[in-house]
This record gives sequence, structure tokens and C-alpha cells, in this order.
Amino acid sequence: MAVCVAVIAKENYPLYIRSVPTENELKFHYMVHTSLDVVDEKISALGKALVDQRELYLGLLYPTEDHKVYGYVTNSKVKFVMVVDASNTALRDNEIRSMFRKLHNSYTDVMCNPFYNPGDRIQSRAFDSMVTSMMIQVC
Amino acid sequence: MADAVLFEFLHTEMVAELWARRPDPSPGGQKTSLSVLEGMGFRVGQALGERLPQDTLAFREELDALKFLCKDVWVAVFQKQMDGLRTNHQGTYVLQDNDFPLLVRMASGLQYLEEAPKFLAFTCGLLRGTLNTLGIKSLVTASVAALPACKFQVVIQRA
Repeated sequence: MAVCVAVIAKENYPLYIRSVPTENELKFHYMVHTSLDVVDEKISALGKALVDQRELYLGLLYPTEDHKVYGYVTNSKVKFVMVVDASNTALRDNEIRSMFRKLHNSYTDVMCNPFYNPGDRIQSRAFDSMVTSMMIQVC
Repeated sequence: MADAVLFEFLHTEMVAELWARRPDPSPGGQKTSLSVLEGMGFRVGQALGERLPQDTLAFREELDALKFLCKDVWVAVFQKQMDGLRTNHQGTYVLQDNDFPLLVRMASGLQYLEEAPKFLAFTCGLLRGTLNTLGIKSLVTASVAALPACKFQVVIQRA
């Protein structure tokens, strides 16, 4: 269960960002922003290494004391960043992978919507409801 | 296998409709219709560029993206692969198709050569849109020497 989900465009501005405990939003925005550096590092580092092709799922970007941040990059350089509660130890890698896959599928659906202009903020209700289903239930 | 023709019919109607409504037969008016077609292809290409490479791994370099265009995108849209890809390694690529499905029903040879560009505008936009989503800014033009063979020239714009 995620605490915050963000979709960031190729030019590093947010297309969609939503967190669940709505009081501390700024803190999550800041965490997502700082994780972008780590994402960039991972993308460029693997390009130089002799790794044949990079996987889309980037894995754990960095852990803080209460939260862990995971990343995923698509072929079009759109980044998905997910923040989860560190106390939730039951959350396994494949669950995170499947959450990212669902995000990627929903994002592709948004892209194929003729009423959506690439580069705008995502306002699709279908995308919203998919993200809600992934977020933690607080109250 | 009726799906392939559905797109061909739709495409033919799109071109016919744009030319039927055009009140201004001068070269300026024709350019507008061509750019409308190219714009449509661009938006479709952007969506395709997001959906098709969904499960493939990241592209390491430009040439990989162009190969992806020639193989996966062409197969998805036209059910065949591109016949040839040439490059001068300085940002220009020429994609050759000897049997372009949108032209194959029209003629085989030099007849209708002047009409051919109208039917290539959408595909040029499609290529440009897909490359745009993959992060490559380009300029795509098409040329026909003899139907149904055609060449698409992709020039990568470096900032």
C-alpha cells in the first residue's frame, strides 16, 4: 500500500502527484523531488556500464527512517515514484513491481485518450481511481 | 485478417475527406491539409510510442529506437516489416519500404505519382510522433520514385 504516488514527465515536472495523509503533503513532494536525482543517477550509470539493456523497474531508490522510495522509468523517460511506509515489512518486491505495472498500464491508457494532450497534468478519473485503490486506507 | 484493411479504408477516407472539403486549391491550401494529416499521425504516433514498447527493455541508443520503428511499429500498423534501413551515422536515416500497403492498391509504376504524397503524410507524422515519445526530435519526409515503393527520410534534430 503506497503512501504517495507521483508521475513525473521527461522534463522532470510532475504530471500527477497524490499522497494520502493530506496534512504533510509538502514533505512527500520534497521526497519525490529529491528522489529524481537518484533516478537520473541510475539511468545514466547503467548506460555507461556493460549492462546490455536496462530494466524498467529501478527498485528501492533510497530508504529514510519512516519511508522507502521506489522508482520505475518507462521507455519514454516518464518516471513513476512511489513512497511506502517503512513499517510495512510485509510488502514484497513483486507486489511493488505489479503496482508499477498497473501504473504503467493506466498511464498508457491516459496517453491514448484523444482528449489528453501529452504534457498536461493528468486529470483522468479512471487514473485517479486506480491510484486510490493502491493507496493505503488511513481513516 | 480483416483488421488490416479497416485501417487502409479509414486512411483513404481521411485523405479523400480532407481534399473534398478544401475550398482553396492553391498550393497554400494543399499544405494545410498535408499538415493536418501529419498532425493526426503525430498524435497517434505519440500514443503508439507509449503503448508498443511497454514491456521491452530500455533502448540504449538511437539506432535501437529506429530498429524498433522498422520492426515492431511497422508490424503493428502494417503487418509487415520495413524492407530497408540505411544511415549515414550522422543523424540521417532512410527507411525503405518496397511494398507500402497504403500505396499498393493504387498503382504499380509511375501512374498517380503526384497524388502519392497525400497518402504518405499521415505515416510521416506517425513516425515523428513515435520518435518524439521515445525522446528523439526529428523531421520526417517521404519520397516516392515509383509506386508502391517509398522512402521515409528521418533527420534527427540535435539542439
